[in-house]
Amino acid sequence: MTAAIFTEPVLGYPTLASPLLADSGLADFAGKFSQVIAALAIFLGALALIFFAAGRATGRFTRPLSIAVFLGPAVLLLFVGLVIPTIRTTYLSLKSDDSARFIGVKNYQWAFTSSPIHQVLVNTVEWIVIAPVLATALGLTVALLVDRLRSQAVYKSLIFMPMAISFVGASIIWKFVYDARDPAHPQIGLLSQVVIALGWHRPPNWILSHPLNNFLLMVILIWTQTGFAMVVLAAAIRAIPEDVVEAARMDGAKGGRLLYYVTLPMIRSTLVVVLTTVMITTLKIFDIVRTMTGGNFGTQVLANEMYSQSFVQFNYGRGSALAVILFVAVLPLVGYNIVQLRRERSTR
Amino acid sequence: MFTNVLLSDGRRRGLRFLAPAIVAVTVLAACGNDSSGKAAPVPSLTGDCAQYQPYAGHAGKTVTMYASIISPESDSLQKSWAQFSSCTGIKISYEGSNDFESQLPVRVQGGTAPDLAFIPQPGLLQQMVKTGKVAKPPSRTVANEDKYWNKAWKTYGSVNGTFYAAPASANMKSMVWYSPKAFTQAGYQAPTTWAQMMTLSATIAQSGKGKPWCGGINSGTATGWPSTDWLEEIVLGKYGGDVYDQWVSHKIKFSDSKIIAAMQVLADWMQNPAWVNGGFGDVKTIATTTFQDAGKPILAGQCWMLQQASFYGAQWPKGTKVGADGDVFAFYLPANNPAIPTPVEGGGEFTTAFSNRPEVQAVQNYLSSPEWATSRIKVASGWVSANQGVDKSVYTDQVDQLSAKYLTDPNATFRFDASDLMPAAVGAGQEWKSFTAWFGSGQSIQQVAKDIDAAWPN
Amino acid sequence: MSNPAVEVTVPLANRPERAATAVRRSFSSPIASLLIIVLTVLWTLPTVGLLVTSFRPAGQVAATGWWTVFTHPSLTLSNYHTVLFVGGYGVNNGLLPYLVNSLAITIPGTLFPLIIASMAAYALAWVRFRGSDVIFFGVFALQVVPIQMALIPLLQLYSGGAHLGRVTIFPDLNLTGTYWPVWLSHTMFAMPLAIFLLHNFIAQLPREVMEAATVDGASHFKIFRSIVLPLAAPALASFAIFQFLWVWNDLLVGLTFAGGTPEVAPLIARLNQVSGSFGSHWELLTAGAFISMIVPLIVFFSLQRYFVRGLLAGSVKG
Repeated sequence: MTAAIFTEPVLGYPTLASPLLADSGLADFAGKFSQVIAALAIFLGALALIFFAAGRATGRFTRPLSIAVFLGPAVLLLFVGLVIPTIRTTYLSLKSDDSARFIGVKNYQWAFTSSPIHQVLVNTVEWIVIAPVLATALGLTVALLVDRLRSQAVYKSLIFMPMAISFVGASIIWKFVYDARDPAHPQIGLLSQVVIALGWHRPPNWILSHPLNNFLLMVILIWTQTGFAMVVLAAAIRAIPEDVVEAARMDGAKGGRLLYYVTLPMIRSTLVVVLTTVMITTLKIFDIVRTMTGGNFGTQVLANEMYSQSFVQFNYGRGSALAVILFVAVLPLVGYNIVQLRRERSTR
Repeated sequence: MFTNVLLSDGRRRGLRFLAPAIVAVTVLAACGNDSSGKAAPVPSLTGDCAQYQPYAGHAGKTVTMYASIISPESDSLQKSWAQFSSCTGIKISYEGSNDFESQLPVRVQGGTAPDLAFIPQPGLLQQMVKTGKVAKPPSRTVANEDKYWNKAWKTYGSVNGTFYAAPASANMKSMVWYSPKAFTQAGYQAPTTWAQMMTLSATIAQSGKGKPWCGGINSGTATGWPSTDWLEEIVLGKYGGDVYDQWVSHKIKFSDSKIIAAMQVLADWMQNPAWVNGGFGDVKTIATTTFQDAGKPILAGQCWMLQQASFYGAQWPKGTKVGADGDVFAFYLPANNPAIPTPVEGGGEFTTAFSNRPEVQAVQNYLSSPEWATSRIKVASGWVSANQGVDKSVYTDQVDQLSAKYLTDPNATFRFDASDLMPAAVGAGQEWKSFTAWFGSGQSIQQVAKDIDAAWPN
Repeated sequence: MSNPAVEVTVPLANRPERAATAVRRSFSSPIASLLIIVLTVLWTLPTVGLLVTSFRPAGQVAATGWWTVFTHPSLTLSNYHTVLFVGGYGVNNGLLPYLVNSLAITIPGTLFPLIIASMAAYALAWVRFRGSDVIFFGVFALQVVPIQMALIPLLQLYSGGAHLGRVTIFPDLNLTGTYWPVWLSHTMFAMPLAIFLLHNFIAQLPREVMEAATVDGASHFKIFRSIVLPLAAPALASFAIFQFLWVWNDLLVGLTFAGGTPEVAPLIARLNQVSGSFGSHWELLTAGAFISMIVPLIVFFSLQRYFVRGLLAGSVKG
C-alpha cells in the first residue's frame, strides 16, 4: 500500500510550475485540494484493495498475512523515519565534525567539559524538572477546583486554548508581554507596564535577566501545557469509582485528607503519564527558545544547541553527540513507563 | 519535466484530478520522449525583448532560487527580473527566508538544493563547495566576472582558487546614518575623522537632547551580527588590511592584544552608557533591539547616529526623505587610525548554482550581467552593485551613490565582512553568541575572546 | 507541540458522576473560585493582547501598549486586509495560499497516521504474536527520538531514493516540491504516540464482542473495519484533534520538507520566515499570527465536545 502512494508523484507536480493556477486564488485552492483528494483516494483505495485481497486469504498464511498487513506500514514508517536516523546519528556522533574520520568519544568529552555546553545542560535540567511539575500541578489544581464554578466549560476552554496555538504564534504573543522599554517611554510589554503600575519604577529588561529569563521562557511552555494536564487529570478524577470516595467520606475524610489519601493515589498512574509526556515535550523544546531568544542570554537548551551545531555551524559530530545525549537522557523515564505498562499489559 | 507536458496541454491538466496511477505512468513515458527530442529551434525575441536573446530557448522552464533576502527587498528583486522572465519564458521561483543559513545546508545535503542561491558568506560558500553539490559557473558568467569585477571580488567567490560564484549585489558597510535636518538645526557637522566623531558624541551626550548613538543587534537566529561588523570596522580602520586578513585566517587570535584593544575601542563607543541606546534604554537593550528598528529613534530625535550598512536604507518608514538635505542620510564612517587609507568594509551576495541545467545557466548568466544589475538598481534604491559595467548615473539615491563611490574607489582599503569569511562555527556561531553575551549580559572582553578562539575549528 | 498522552480506555456503562462531584465539592470554596478566575484571566490576557494589537494602526503598535485602546479606541481592519490580500509577505496573494497549504497538509497529515496507527494498534492488541511486546515497547520508546535527527536522511530519501551500494532499495520518486514529503514525515513522526494511545483504547474493547466475531468466522480485516473502528471512534476522534493541532502548528517539519514557497509551504513556516522582515511591522505580524490561530481554534472549540467525550467516554486509568 505504501508503494501505491509512492507511484503517484505526478499528481503532486503541476502547481509547482503553474502560472495559470497561481494567478487565481480560487484555482490555486482547487488545484491543491484536488491533490489532497487524489492522495486520500489513492490511500484509501489501496487500503480497501489490500483488505479485500488479504481478507480472502485462507489457510495457515492467514494469520501472518494479517499481521504483516496491519503492522507492516507502521513498522516501515517507524524504521525509515526514526530507527534508521537514530542509528545514523549515533554513528555520526563518533566521527569528526566533517564526518571524515572516527574520533571515538571526543565529541562526548567536549559536550561534558566545554563551558558554553555546561550552561546548556544546566538549563535543560532546570527545564525538565520545573516546567512539567508546574504544568502538572497547575493542571491538577484547576481540574480539582473548576467544577464548582458555573459555566466551568468556559474556564476550561480558555485555559486549554493556548494548546491550540503554535509556538511561533506564542512567541509573538509573549513578546508583547516581556517587551521592556526605557521607563521614560510608554511601555508596550504588559509585564513591565504592570510592575511599573505596582510601583517598581525601573523594572529589568526581562529577557536579558539571567537566570530569571529561563523561568520566563518556561512560563510560555507551562501556559501551553497546563490545559493538557487539566483535561487529562479531570478525566481521571471523574473516573474514580464512587464507592471508594463514599467509603472515604464515611470515614470522615475531607478536603486535603481526601485529596492526599484517596484522589492522588487513585490517579497516580495518570499523573505519571502526564508528567512523562510533558517532560518529553520539554526536553525536545526547540521553538520557544529559538524564537524568543535564539539561545542567547544564557537561555540555550539542548535541542536548540544541537540544531545550531549541526545545521548552522556544520559541527555534525558535535551536534549528533548532543542528540544522542538528549535521547539517552529520556530513556530512564521511558524505561520507568515501560515497566508500568508491562504490568498492565501482562494482566490483560 | 513532466510539468511542461502537463502544462502544454490544458486538457491534460485535468487528468491529475482523477488520474489513476496508470495514467501517471503514461504521462511519465510521454515526458521521456519529450526530453529526448528537444530539437526545438531557439525562438528569436523582438522589440523590448530583443536584449534577452542570449538567454532565449528555455520557455516554460522554472528555476528555483533561495536567498536570505526577504520582503520588502525581495519584492524589488523579483521585479528586477520580471521582464527577463516574461520575455524568455523562464519562471524564477524565488524563496526568501531568514533561516537561510541553516536551511540551505539541510536542503543541499538532503538533495533538495535550490537551483540558485544567493550566498552572503564566502565561508558558507566554501562549506557548500565541500559537499560537491555546487555547479561550476558557465563560461559566460566567468567572462562577465573577469570583465566587470575587480580581482578581490572574484577571490571571494572562489574556493581554493576555483571560481564558483559571481557577486550579485554589494553593500557598503562603513556608513553612519544620521539626520541632516537635526544636525543642521543643532549646528552639528558630519564628522570626517574618528576623533571628531567621538567629540561630537560627547557634545551630544552633554546636550541632554537624546543619546548620540542607537544600536540594535537582534536579528532572529543571526542575533549578534551587527556588532561583529562594528569590531571589523575598528580592526580594519585601526590596523589596516594585513592585520585584518591575518585575523580572518586566525593567525591573529581574538585574544591577541591587538584585537582586545579594538574590542576596547568598541566598548568605549557602543557600550558607553551615556552614549547609547537612545529611545530604547540602557546599553543592554542593544541586544534586544532588532537591527531593523535600531535607527527609528533618529526620526523621533531620541538618538542621533546609527552605524549600519547601506542596505539599512530599505528600513526607513515610507515617506522618509533620504538625502543630504533630507530626514536621514549617511556619512562615511571615518578610520579609527587616520593613517589607514580609506578603509571600506563591504558585504555581498554570491550567485551560487546547484544545477547546470541550461535554463539555470541562462539565469546565472543574466544575473552576472550589467544589464540585470542596472535593472535591479532602477527598481528601487538601497541596492548597489560592484559590477563595473553599471553606469553610475543610474543610481538615483544619494546613499547608493555614496556606496558606489567607495566600493569602486581604487585607493580604498576594501575588505569583505570578516565574520562572513571565517568558518561558520565562528562567523555564524560563537562570535555572534559571544558578542550578544557581551552586549546583553555584560560578559568580559577576555571571556568573549577566549570563547570565540575555543570555537575555532582545528 | 501537543502531546496527547491521553490514556483513553473502554466506555463504562455508568459514569460515576456523583463520586467525582463529591471529590470536587470538598475542595470548593470562594477562594478556590477566585483562584480559577484569576488563573483564567492570566491565561487569556496574552492572547487578548495579540488580538487587540492586530487591529491597531501601524504607528501605534510600537508606540504605546495595546491596553491603551480601552481609553483611546482606534481600531482598523487594514492589517488583515494587507496580510490576506494585498501581500507584504513577499507574495501577491498575501497569506491566503499558505493558509490553503496548511489545510492541504494538515488533512492527510492527520488521516494517514490515524489509519495506519489504528491498524498497528489493533494488531498489537488483538493479534498477539511472539515479539509483539517488544514491538510495542519499542514503539513507545521511539517517542523520545528528536526529529531533528531525521531531517537529512529523510530529505535524501525523498529526493534521491535509497541505495545500498549500487542496489536501489527505494527508487527516486522525485517527490520534492509536492506535499508528499510533508505528509509522509508527519505520518512517520506521529506513529509512536498514535500507536501507543490507540493501543491503550483498542486493547480494552470488550473481549466477548471480539470473540463472538471470530467464532462467526470474521477475518481480522472484517473485525477491524466493522467492530474496532466504530467502537474506537471516540479515541480516534480525540487523537485526530491532537494530531490536527500538532501538524497545523508544526514549524520544523514544514520548514524542512515544504520550504517557504507559496506552492507548498504551510502558514506557520511562512510566519516564522517573515517575522524577521517585519521587525517594525508588528501590526502585520500579529494579524498573521492571529490568522494562523483561527483554524486550530475553530477545530478545537467546535470539536472539543467530541474530544472530551473521547476522553471521558472511557475512564482514564486510575
